[in-house]
Amino acid sequence: MITEGADGAGKMNGAPTMREVRDAVRSGARSASEVCHDALSRIEALNPQLNAFNTVVAERALARAEAIDRDRDRWRDAPLAGVPVALKDNLCTRGVRTTASSRMLEAYVPPYDATVVSRLESAGAVIVGKTNCDEFAMGSSNESSAFGPVHNPWALDRIPGGTSGGSAAAVAAGLTPLALGSDTGGSIRQPAALCGVVGLKPTYGRVSRYGLIAHASSLDQIGPLTRTVHDAAIALHVLAGADPADATSAPEGVPDYLAALTGDVRDVRIGVPRALVEKGVDPDVARALATALDTLRARGATLVDVELPHARYAIPVYYLVSTAEASSNLARYDGVRYGFRAGANPNARIPNPDLGTMYARTRAQGFGAEVKRRIMLGTYVLSAGYYDAYYLKAQQVRTLILRDYERAFTGVSPVDVIAMPTSPTPAFPLGERVADPLQMYLADVFTVSASLAGLPAVSVPCGFTALRLPIGLQLTGRRFDEATLLRVADAYERDTEWSKQVPPITSH
Amino acid sequence: MASGFTREQVTAVAALAKLELEPSEVELFARQLGDILAYADEVQQIDTTGVPPTSSLAARHAADRADERRPSLDREDALASAPDASLDAGFFKVPRVIG
Repeated sequence: MITEGADGAGKMNGAPTMREVRDAVRSGARSASEVCHDALSRIEALNPQLNAFNTVVAERALARAEAIDRDRDRWRDAPLAGVPVALKDNLCTRGVRTTASSRMLEAYVPPYDATVVSRLESAGAVIVGKTNCDEFAMGSSNESSAFGPVHNPWALDRIPGGTSGGSAAAVAAGLTPLALGSDTGGSIRQPAALCGVVGLKPTYGRVSRYGLIAHASSLDQIGPLTRTVHDAAIALHVLAGADPADATSAPEGVPDYLAALTGDVRDVRIGVPRALVEKGVDPDVARALATALDTLRARGATLVDVELPHARYAIPVYYLVSTAEASSNLARYDGVRYGFRAGANPNARIPNPDLGTMYARTRAQGFGAEVKRRIMLGTYVLSAGYYDAYYLKAQQVRTLILRDYERAFTGVSPVDVIAMPTSPTPAFPLGERVADPLQMYLADVFTVSASLAGLPAVSVPCGFTALRLPIGLQLTGRRFDEATLLRVADAYERDTEWSKQVPPITSH
Repeated sequence: MASGFTREQVTAVAALAKLELEPSEVELFARQLGDILAYADEVQQIDTTGVPPTSSLAARHAADRADERRPSLDREDALASAPDASLDAGFFKVPRVIG
């Protein structure tokens, strides 16, 4: 298998960066077709162990790569020229099955592309397939997928994180240098951390959600998973911007994120919420965080203690708000317009006696346990008599969480970014938390608050545990200030070698 | 309230959510939803007097666009994924509505 980067540098055992792949195609050192063949053969070799892909579109990808090779002049300056991309399977692709890892959409073929898909293709990317994820992006371990869990490339008996587990595993194992995920409460950042790659959740509204299968509409955001922060900056520049098809996409201008990557953090003040991160954190994770903060201080950044007193309520608030929104969003799966219908076969053993029964059976058979649990919880907290006590109360505490961040970013001793671990623990063994949803929800303790506040946040690799499981550093920034966020993350990456590590599986 | 999530409550919520549950699921959800809501009860201890709720973080209002006709999905495309549809007549087909 060809594994070398364009300039020969950083040929990390089978995992070139996106920029290396792109530059090789641009310069003509490699054709888009060669790069595409490589990605497809790596997927063929490793996916049986990883289960990272629900669908691989080999013919479509090769045809697209050949088209790029035939028209090289047109793509010479394209930011993603010939870059193979994996898309989380909740992003709609015209003519390509899009399942959200659910039986409900097992055979669903969307009639349109998500805006991010069009943007990637306009930038020269080659879509190679759709990645496995938790069902309807609900979970923290990828184990709620109807198509089986993804296996962590660093330890196949462990979870990859969720919900964008297939996307994180694909990048970590060097199957594609770029994957898209979606993040509602940590679903890009947590799997990125547990698989040892970079995962960026942009500000709410920064990237159009048109064509993203909705989970919780006030929280959902699409973002890239890459091997480096530099690659994430390139990808964000392609993805970001207002979209008439998504009324919640933001009109703010898109800055030159690459120009922000100066390596200079001498003017940067980094907030550390000590009280929050000192409890319930794995000792290896705590050590890695302390070392990462030392590295940033050595580069000239100033560390400041900050308080986020309401962040400890973020998990219950998140599960009240997100399930309420999900119960409403998932009402559309009723067996009428698309997707699965119970008893649709005219020879069905039990025909549907009436419309109401058809709805209830379709949803009973089409949804898995976690999705049902969340629909039930969301329906309950929105129901008459409980709305004020649960849903309204959670929305009020959401305001308090938001104000905590505002105070940290604009108060008397303002900071530019806030640092904490992405996940309190490294990847846990498959099956460990399946029977205990509450334990599963606690995996999101450090990621949900940025989601509730709509803030951009990035997870960047910051070390390994004694068992050689990856650890992620999470940085959270000001609204629409991805530039500063990426500058700090990139500066950290320049002083470390974590991003260059690849799991043993890639050399097989 | 939350700690005592009864089977009757689960069944009532399932009816609202249009979910047909197995008896074993009713048992399981009664326990699990009770646990989750008990955990959520700590949110109720927080003083939120005078605090407005945050329901959206959108930067602009969804209605801020011209009310104009624009092209949308072809009817054929819209019907193509339906479990049961009449392409000729242009509608989705469902079981009888009144039992």
